[in-house]
Amino acid sequence: MLAIYKREMRAYFTTFIGYVFIATFLLVSSIIFVLTTLSQGEAADVTSYYTLVMFAFAILIPLLTMKLFADEKRLRTEILLLTSPVTLLGIITAKFLAALTVFASTFALSCVNLIPLYMYGSQNTAVIIGNVISVLLVGCAFIAVGVFMSCLTENQLVAAVTTIAAIALFLVIGMYSSGIGFAPLRVVLDFLSVFNRFTYFTYGVIDWSALIYYASISFVFLFLTVRVYERRRWA
Amino acid sequence: MIKIEHLTKYYGNNPAVNDISFSVGEGEVVGFLGPNGAGKSTTMNMLTGYLSSTSGKCLINGIDILENPSEAKRLIGFLPEQPPLYYDMTTREYLDFIFDLKRCTLNKREHIDEIIGIMGLGEMEKRLIGQLSKGFKQRVGIAGAIVSNPKILIFDEPTIGLDPRQIIEIRELIRTLSKDHTIILSTHILPEVQAVCDRIIIIDRGKLIADEKTDNINSLADENRRFTVQILAPKGEALTFLRKTEGAAKVDYLSSAKDGSSLFMIQCKKGYDLRRTLFYALAEKRWPILEMSTVGASLEDIFIALTK
Repeated sequence: MLAIYKREMRAYFTTFIGYVFIATFLLVSSIIFVLTTLSQGEAADVTSYYTLVMFAFAILIPLLTMKLFADEKRLRTEILLLTSPVTLLGIITAKFLAALTVFASTFALSCVNLIPLYMYGSQNTAVIIGNVISVLLVGCAFIAVGVFMSCLTENQLVAAVTTIAAIALFLVIGMYSSGIGFAPLRVVLDFLSVFNRFTYFTYGVIDWSALIYYASISFVFLFLTVRVYERRRWA
Repeated sequence: MIKIEHLTKYYGNNPAVNDISFSVGEGEVVGFLGPNGAGKSTTMNMLTGYLSSTSGKCLINGIDILENPSEAKRLIGFLPEQPPLYYDMTTREYLDFIFDLKRCTLNKREHIDEIIGIMGLGEMEKRLIGQLSKGFKQRVGIAGAIVSNPKILIFDEPTIGLDPRQIIEIRELIRTLSKDHTIILSTHILPEVQAVCDRIIIIDRGKLIADEKTDNINSLADENRRFTVQILAPKGEALTFLRKTEGAAKVDYLSSAKDGSSLFMIQCKKGYDLRRTLFYALAEKRWPILEMSTVGASLEDIFIALTK
């Protein structure tokens, strides 16, 4: 498992995808920061910053996940992994963790954006921590979605596009739910919405149920990936 | 070492592998032979745990590949039909990766050096795999399979797509490896198995149709002797003459050369060997024999004989 993790990490930085991801992430996040938070002056609040960063994930995360399994399938290398003494769960977790490592470190790096807030304003650290933790977990969940999409195809582009679509769906699903008259559907959509659960964090409250919800999205999609591989093997 | 019991695999309603049983002893080199689509790759993929079987068992050293995959897979080195190579890695990085992947406990540096030596990859160890020639890619694939010294090696069509010199090199390698490994290799080229294998297993449309020592394989085909003969003589007359010869079951005209000679394929009746008879008979007619050679059984012959 460690071997696969290391290989993926290496692959991010021998191909340029890793650099592209880091550069784009930092650029996009700082632009968003300038436009949303800094422009508010004294009353600066990070909530709209993190909300928009989450939207940027729809484009950024597929960069990390699109090739994870699609490329293995295209190059017929997955047979090497699947005939090695590693479990299916091990393979999938290793790849997920590699993507998560690159994502989380870049996200941590992007926190330099917040420095001006502490230098020139008074900040509610609790709100910031709440936002950081929840956005991190949302990213984690989206990576799992990307991993799943990548295992369905051998074409990286298809993997990327379906991931963008799935993430976008997760983000907007709750926005329009209030307009839906049919109550059961509204409840389901509200339940699935990543966004509605984000609200508490913006008050600086850690909402455990939301954290568990985000974590379970990750588990569900990783589990589905395992299932896809098992099914293919038994087909 | 390897035991396959009633192995069956259905794709939908089509049996790709249908109730195959055989076993391979330690140190044996077994050729797995069959036309394209016979089920060779499917069998090998089940044997290595890549695919599951619909029913039946694959036992590797007594360990069921489906029940205890990690233990069983540790004993196997596998080269699939298309070598699983990461083109963005160098040869050494790739072999190091497989070393870690197989959780090998040997000394990494020494072991990989040794494999690079055996496979003749010394000059290629720092090159990206994507830039290597097909022959070298195949060698890197085999190198990957032998990392961690697994006792069993399974090669799916190891010489496919290589040029004749590379084919000979790979065969030599397999012969070297056969000294201390149990090997199963699949191919659809008969001379290849005859060159390296002790035993031949033939499958056709998912069924096992023969399991023989290599030395006996020719006897599987029609026992009747066949040979070609090139005679400097008028084509029509020669053909009529040959057909009239006693003991000739079938005479076919194959081709003519610029010097006026013609090439014929002669199949003898059972118990006849016409080579001497023809030598004297043609000498009498003053038709010189320019060339005469026996034709061994081809895979097609064996197939026709076995599926009759």
